[in-house]
Amino acid sequence: MQTENHSSRYVEVQGLVKWFGNDRAVDGISFGIPRGKFLTLLGPSGCGKTTTLMSIAGLHGIDAGSIRVGGVTYTSKAEGLFLAPEKRDIGMVFQSYAIWPHMTVTQNVAYPLEIRKVERAEIDERVNDVLRLVGLTDMADKLATQLSGGQQQRTALARAIVSRPRLLLFDEPLSNLDLKLREQMRVELKRIQHEVGITSIYVTHDQAEALVMSDEIIVMSKGRIQQKGGPHEIYARPINAYVSNFIGVANLLKGRVVQVTAPGRGEVELTEGGARVTLPCQIGEGIKAGEEAVISVRPENVQVSRDNGGGASIGGEVLQAIFLGNCVDCRVRSGDFEWKVLAHPRAGLRKGDKVYLRLDPEHTLAVQP
Amino acid sequence: MNARGNAMVELDHLSKYFGAERAVNDVNLAVAPGEFVTLLGPSGCGKTTTLRCIAGLERPDGGEIRIDGNIVASAERGIYLNPEDRNIGMVFQSYAVWPHMTVFDNVAYGLRVRHASSDVIKTRTMRALELVGLAQLAERYATKLSGGQRQRVALARAIVYEPKVVLFDEPLSNLDAKLREQMRIELVRLQHEVGITSIYVTHDQSEALVMSDRVVVMNKGVIQQIGDPLTIYARPANAFVANFIGVANLMQGTLTGRSGEFCQMEIPLGEGRAPLRLSALGGEGAVQGQPLILSVRPEDFAIYLRQPSGAPNGNLFEGEVIDTVYLGNFLECRVRVGRYEVGIQIDHYEQLEPKQKVFLSFKPDHGLCLTG
Repeated sequence: MQTENHSSRYVEVQGLVKWFGNDRAVDGISFGIPRGKFLTLLGPSGCGKTTTLMSIAGLHGIDAGSIRVGGVTYTSKAEGLFLAPEKRDIGMVFQSYAIWPHMTVTQNVAYPLEIRKVERAEIDERVNDVLRLVGLTDMADKLATQLSGGQQQRTALARAIVSRPRLLLFDEPLSNLDLKLREQMRVELKRIQHEVGITSIYVTHDQAEALVMSDEIIVMSKGRIQQKGGPHEIYARPINAYVSNFIGVANLLKGRVVQVTAPGRGEVELTEGGARVTLPCQIGEGIKAGEEAVISVRPENVQVSRDNGGGASIGGEVLQAIFLGNCVDCRVRSGDFEWKVLAHPRAGLRKGDKVYLRLDPEHTLAVQP
Repeated sequence: MNARGNAMVELDHLSKYFGAERAVNDVNLAVAPGEFVTLLGPSGCGKTTTLRCIAGLERPDGGEIRIDGNIVASAERGIYLNPEDRNIGMVFQSYAVWPHMTVFDNVAYGLRVRHASSDVIKTRTMRALELVGLAQLAERYATKLSGGQRQRVALARAIVYEPKVVLFDEPLSNLDAKLREQMRIELVRLQHEVGITSIYVTHDQSEALVMSDRVVVMNKGVIQQIGDPLTIYARPANAFVANFIGVANLMQGTLTGRSGEFCQMEIPLGEGRAPLRLSALGGEGAVQGQPLILSVRPEDFAIYLRQPSGAPNGNLFEGEVIDTVYLGNFLECRVRVGRYEVGIQIDHYEQLEPKQKVFLSFKPDHGLCLTG
């Protein structure tokens, strides 16, 4: 972590601590963000993600540590520095759109430039550019009250980026929108951020949102960082059972590591899940032979078939097969364990079928409990 | 399909006009005893009007409706039974379980307003509560129930008259997404336990796929296809069904040949690109040179980063990545293929960049040629 060079740490948070009364909301976290990247702070409510964001915005002081962005110290407890929020050059987008109802879209978006006393011609040009970027050119003269929720959020985004701030902060900006619009806006927001290239920090409790949008994700729990990595890394190689369960869906079974055969590879014995089978698998960070571990297998990585083709397979019975079109969401009982299995619709599984489950060593992971 | 004789509900050439508009256009359907059948389609497709005709809330302009062999409406014979004489129960979108009443009183209410004797009320209410598994909660107040238990109360209320059929009019559409997904499974489990013939109206295709024994897809008052969920999804009868149920990539071309059960199609890609020559199932009855629509599901494509030797699945063509959306269990990718944007769903992770050249293939028996 300390070997990262300066450019990979455009945003640098060091040893951040924030207390609320007796509660250590943020418990000594450190991370960096390279310039232009999109980082998501992900976790359940109370995990410290919003407190971290508010500390960066300067909406409250901090109890220890420091925050630096683009070479500017926002706050440092040791140096006794605290830069006022309005001097941090940050654009923010909140859950509540916070746009002015008595102003048109253009007036709302132009406002940050007007208070900076930018020249009229330049304001017009930049507002037009940014409205085109967010797809609101046709709405420029509408009052904010005449806009749909999605359009209001686009207006808020346009206003946040028009002054080309040093940093963009997002606090669950899509959570008021309905599901369909939210899915559409995720992709849209990622495209816009990519185009403007402003370093962004995004707070959400929605794991799907984090996977779709982020360059990097920090998974938080109880004020601490559980794991930091790219979406695929977090999904495919969770560090522990908590992360595995929070991101996506996972079958989590108790097991014991029999041996480590090569770095990151070994064998586990399942002590739960119907059959006491020993399987080759990936061995996660910090796991040693002989130790108890949690075996994590994603539903889409459980291979299911009606015939026992030999080798280590786990027999079971289909309890439920919910046909969703592009996939079939199955529950398979084996002993006292209920496997979650995502099957291809062409497998044609039905309730009551006797089946055999096979685990691919590449997609079976022993992680810390 | 024609279960005449042992069908619980039969619609025979049912039609209904609103002014000059034919809201329901010659609908024929037979629902077997204990079956769960969903009427599915966009708003204005005629599904709700069909349900209301069965319920006796609309009078048909043509055709006949029979419930358990008895004619309840016949335009030609001038028969029209009132809703309460049709032996049906109903569960509506706005089903409200009364919070100030116990479970028992909620279910008994309909019998009370019909002045049933207290013996009949007690026996029938308890029988309905037993069927939905709520007998032991009879004295509990409705406010103390979980979402699933309330659903059971709503169904108990519909079956307390001991109807032959229960009609559901989008009962889950007011719930939030998460609860709705739970309730789908709960409701279908409950229907199987109770074993009552059910006709369910929805515009939500995933609801229809999850819940139904058979799905009736409607558009503009006309039945487009009747089939079990897998058939409707895997073998849609036409482009409307392919596109309404799930996601389909549709490409237009013409029939150039046939071998066995497979059609060969030529699909023009626009200027500067040679047409695709692909083979797929379907195209029954089509003649040489006839326009066809090829339908392929996103999950039925395989993607290759380099040109594979030969054509591993029979149909292989080149494209350029537009963008990707990583969802963890799936990677969705849009690929530019001539004038088409092909949406594919990959079940493993690939590092794909916009403008990257890729190759797509699908097995001939995973593609379907549609005639319209």
